[in-house]
Amino acid sequence: MSVIRLENVGFTYQKGMPDEKTAVSEVSLTFKEGSFVGVIGHTGSGKSTLIQMLNGLIKPTAGSVFIDDEDIWSDTSKLRDKRFKVGLVLQYPEYQLFEETVKKDIAFGPRNLGLSEEEIEERIIEAAGYLHLSPELLERSPFDLSGGEKRRAAIAGVLAMRPDVLVLDEPTAGLDPKGRKDILEVIDNYHRKENKTIILVSHSMDDVARYADTVLVMNSGKVMYYDTVEEVFKHSSELRETGLNIPTVTDILLTLNERGIGVDTDIYTVEKAADTITAAVKREVHI
Amino acid sequence: MRDITLGQYINGDSPIHRLDPRVRLILTLVYIIILFSFKSILQMILALVFILIAYAIVKIPLKMLLKSLKPIIPIVLFTSILNMFFISGDVVFSFWKISVTKQGLYYAALMSLRVICLLAGSSLLTYTSTPIELTGALESLFKPLTKLGFPVNDLAMMMTIALRFIPTLLEETDKIMAAQKSRGANLDTGKLFERIKALTPILIPLFVSAFRRADELALAMECRCYNGGEGRTRLNELRLKRSDLKATLVFCLFCVLLVLAGKI
Ligand SMILES: Nc1ncnc2c1ncn2[C@@H]1O[C@H](COP(=O)(O)OP(=O)(O)OP(=O)(O)O)[C@@H](O)[C@H]1O
Ligand SMILES: [Mg+2]
Repeated sequence: MSVIRLENVGFTYQKGMPDEKTAVSEVSLTFKEGSFVGVIGHTGSGKSTLIQMLNGLIKPTAGSVFIDDEDIWSDTSKLRDKRFKVGLVLQYPEYQLFEETVKKDIAFGPRNLGLSEEEIEERIIEAAGYLHLSPELLERSPFDLSGGEKRRAAIAGVLAMRPDVLVLDEPTAGLDPKGRKDILEVIDNYHRKENKTIILVSHSMDDVARYADTVLVMNSGKVMYYDTVEEVFKHSSELRETGLNIPTVTDILLTLNERGIGVDTDIYTVEKAADTITAAVKREVHI
Repeated sequence: MRDITLGQYINGDSPIHRLDPRVRLILTLVYIIILFSFKSILQMILALVFILIAYAIVKIPLKMLLKSLKPIIPIVLFTSILNMFFISGDVVFSFWKISVTKQGLYYAALMSLRVICLLAGSSLLTYTSTPIELTGALESLFKPLTKLGFPVNDLAMMMTIALRFIPTLLEETDKIMAAQKSRGANLDTGKLFERIKALTPILIPLFVSAFRRADELALAMECRCYNGGEGRTRLNELRLKRSDLKATLVFCLFCVLLVLAGKI
């Protein structure tokens, strides 16, 4: 298991140039083992930049990233090992597909790990199982798949490395509601079964509220909140002020409150919201 | 990948940015010809001062110029050293079997200055002109060739498209490299053959996406009834302005100064 710790991490693009741009600054936090962290924030708030520093794809221009208390940039020859511990699925990962068949493509990561052929086979079957890729599909060319299938094949390629920490940058972007749900269920399933850490970047508060246990809210490159789902969504009104959307149910409850119907607003799942609203309706009717 | 500053456009609104791109292109060409036709160190120093003044006008930080000069330092050093040791003449000092001559030193300095000016001059052109401006300028300058049946318009369109896609492809390469590195691709070490093999996971997706883009672009152009360059007009017609004349005059003055400097 691996713990990622960030200390005062910052990143500036084109540092020293006239058009330099600070994308991330002063981020200090620890991703706890086995947690499911949802990362949210406006577009351009530095989410993608931040997560690319977690496996050493880009080097922070300030501060340090530690994996198991070891600065990942202290010895660059070991950087590749770190990338096996922290598996990163980038935004629109379809373009990473390159092999003749989906199966061979999924094998790319495990092969780089230096595993034996039997073990690679095992990993492929496991990853394909998680992502519902049929044996027939595994033999097809990745370029002949549909968008959603490509996405799943690409995620399988990272999952097959069995990383301790799985980081996903908007894995559901551009998919239909069913495709989105399928992928989120896969991630949730992997999290429950393997008890690995998940870091999920998402624009959907509903998805984060549903699957994550911890929320990281980024705002202009800085950490705005990093806490449990309950604590973060207690700040619903602040979140709304910064223009972030909040879980739909919380939004509804807040609106009800504003209209004078007293309901508890620290609620972020559909089931609990239903109970609260039912209770409130009963109360109002009694009066 | 994106740290390459050579050949990069820098957005700005300096008098040089506002010049007609044709003027910029021709003046740069003349400047380069001058660099190769003049042979005194005083002239080279003047040329350097001139280009530095131009950089100051554009407000490009010196740091940026130095950074773009970095890759050519080995070439400059190499030619200087060769010149220093192998040109015969009055010996300044010597050790072992090698002697450094006055003429050698002179040529070394001349060559270094020339290469630096050459790079600074051509960089200034690309710093201040967008690729579209440059192809527009070329198209307009080569227009007379259309009469000889030379497909100037088509070539200009091809060049515009090619230039337009360089940054896109670089960005794409970056992304693909990041994705494959995340899957443990080893791009930096290994024997030559292994390294070439390691490029496959990057080149294949890059080609696939380049072909897809080309397809989409062709389709989009056809949808908007593009049918070759004949008779097409431009959104921004190039027209010489007063400031272009002024810039050319200043440049001519500089040339006169150089010729005079050669007489000293
Ligand atoms: N390669 C780059 N060069 C220069 N600036 C960049 C680069 N990549 C990102 N940026 C800038 O850094 C900031 C943060 O970008 P980042 O991609 O991390 O945002 P994000 O939170 O992932 O946004 P989104 O939700 O749209 O994916 C943005 O303002 C962006 O313009
Ligand atoms: Mg992003």
